[in-house]
Amino acid sequence: MRHTISVFVENKFGVLARIASLFSARGYNIDSLSVGETTDPTISRMTIVTQGDDQIIEQVIKQLRRLMEVIKVIDLTQSDFIAREMVLIKVEANQDHRAEILRIADIFRGKIIDVNPKTMTMEVTGDEGKIKALIDLFKPIGIKEIARTGKVSMARGKQEKQQ
Amino acid sequence: MKKTGAKIFVETLREHKIGTVFGYPGGVLLPIYDELYHADIRHILTRHEQGAIHAADGYARATGKTGVCIATSGPGACNLVTGLATAFMDSVPLVAFTGQVPTTMLGNDSFQEADIYGISIPITKYNYLVKETSHLKEIMYEAFHLANSGRPGPVLIDLPKDVQAIEINNPPIPKLTLPQKPKCPVEERNKRIEEIAALIQDSKCPVIYAGGGIIISGANEILQKLAEKISAPGTTILMGKGGFPEDHELSLGMLGMHGTRYANYAVSECDLLLAVGARFDDRVTGKVSTFAAKAKIIHLDIDPAEVGKIIQTDAFVIGDAQEVLELLCKKVKKKTNKEWLKQIHAWKKEYPLSYEKKSNVISPQYVVEQIYEQTAGQAIITTEVGQNQMWAAQYFKTSKPRTFITSGGLGTMGYGFPAAIGAKTGCPERIVFDVAGDGSFQMNIQELATAVYNKINVKIALLNNGCLGMVRQWQEIFYGRRYSQTTLQGNPDFVKVAEGYGAVGIRVEKPNEVPSAIQKAIEIDRPVVIDFHVDPEANVFPMVPPGGAINQMLDREQK
Repeated sequence: MRHTISVFVENKFGVLARIASLFSARGYNIDSLSVGETTDPTISRMTIVTQGDDQIIEQVIKQLRRLMEVIKVIDLTQSDFIAREMVLIKVEANQDHRAEILRIADIFRGKIIDVNPKTMTMEVTGDEGKIKALIDLFKPIGIKEIARTGKVSMARGKQEKQQ
Repeated sequence: MKKTGAKIFVETLREHKIGTVFGYPGGVLLPIYDELYHADIRHILTRHEQGAIHAADGYARATGKTGVCIATSGPGACNLVTGLATAFMDSVPLVAFTGQVPTTMLGNDSFQEADIYGISIPITKYNYLVKETSHLKEIMYEAFHLANSGRPGPVLIDLPKDVQAIEINNPPIPKLTLPQKPKCPVEERNKRIEEIAALIQDSKCPVIYAGGGIIISGANEILQKLAEKISAPGTTILMGKGGFPEDHELSLGMLGMHGTRYANYAVSECDLLLAVGARFDDRVTGKVSTFAAKAKIIHLDIDPAEVGKIIQTDAFVIGDAQEVLELLCKKVKKKTNKEWLKQIHAWKKEYPLSYEKKSNVISPQYVVEQIYEQTAGQAIITTEVGQNQMWAAQYFKTSKPRTFITSGGLGTMGYGFPAAIGAKTGCPERIVFDVAGDGSFQMNIQELATAVYNKINVKIALLNNGCLGMVRQWQEIFYGRRYSQTTLQGNPDFVKVAEGYGAVGIRVEKPNEVPSAIQKAIEIDRPVVIDFHVDPEANVFPMVPPGGAINQMLDREQK
């Protein structure tokens, strides 16, 4: 099963290497990873999406907690949480397809951020299902390039304490 | 007053009461070695960086204090890798210092540059690259705290040359600001201990399975008290040897692949297994699904990540072994388990450890037994890795903690001899024997120079069978006796090698010469290599085939 894990870490050099090393040393896979500062600039929040059975996920979380710079680990999958990802998609845009591309962008509340005679590039934010649906729709038209941020997530409702 | 990084380094070592370090200098360490030249610190110059870190490791295991080693940048630092991994697997408190190229040259593929910070991430408890001299003191304080607190482990500090050389204002003694990991609330812990006490009360056939955590925590006395109170037989694994006296009537000896039959039977049949400071290593459990399959499993450990890693537990407490056992011992009531102890006694009587005694050739097990006899069991034993290690574990009945020193987790050949040098440095009044094989010994044989020059009078009991015995044993049993690359042709004359280094060499070829040779080695006030020409056919039994259930053992008659 896929798990989305929030990890609060000290904002120091080498932290990412340690976390990546922890996953690779134990043969665990990282599906996606995003990192950014929290309200406290000395603390960063990582969102890690990984897969495994319950025992593997339990080990991932326990091993993360062992690391010196790790302040808090939350398996968001255990609770109600929101997850979003931003994606930039560059599609082939000849005269025949332009109208359709614009229509799809509108339906998905995307923004066209670059146009040239051959391609159009749009920015779309959404959950996993939405991004997948969008990619599936553009495939027949011709996707030139995709860049994804990786998921960012947090629990719904109450504020998560960082400590 | 201004001070260089190197001066701060030496002063901070002194503030941590570090009197002995093991090391090997190099170009980028010149500022530190210049400071050490007149420092009140004993520096033992080894002949290889690996010798230095294993010696620091042996020192730490024998004394409980943090071991310190120093190596230069690049190749020097890379030569520490095996030693770091060895200490990390066995939770040994070490602080390893490496020189590094100046910060201005970092990342330029400079001469003797290696990213030891990156290399050592997965094999250290924590590591540092010191970028500013002003950070050095605080980092060293943190490192010494981390290395020997919680679950101990090696910490590495990488010191660029300019950081050692730059002068700064004298830094104050730092206050540590390490992040606190959440702890189990006291009420919750006490509740769990009561639950465990109730499980123990209900059990009829309990067994205690004691690991290295007992030694690290100093929990051996309270463990014995608990075992006696609840009449539970105790088995110590390789790392736990000395955590429960093996001459005690409740002792089952060692558990696992080369454990005693009665220990393996007891764990297979028990209805409650109390694991303390142990991590269910594959060499202990064999096939996990059949390990202690009839038992409720209780796990006491300081590291939350160990609980549930290999095996599902029925109850656990996270904490220091001694602390938790003290609490548990107060909660349990005395019980006798008469039937169970009768069964254990019957197994012990029926399946004692045994080996073939030949009149014309020395059995390696006999050598270990004789070291035990001649030292009245009071020696500190270090081992290399392989058959020598298992025979030492089986036949040297260890009764006190920190007297059986071996690379358990990583299984590092070449560990035992430098570790013996470290142990003897830390405990100069003790007799220290390295039970060695001819393969392993040659991996760090150059340290004879270190032992001789520094008058570190360790004794090497070389069980010389002319082959890599443990691998050969597997080839014999599982690979149709195809002895691929396990015969050590071209071995030197070890007596002459010893003499060449200025140590004493004694060759022993007949069983009846064994006791007197050991006695002589003990009496000689110099490092001694006793070259025992042992039976090359001797194997380690009992043996659980890899991946097998631990109650399905091979013996020498049925291999």
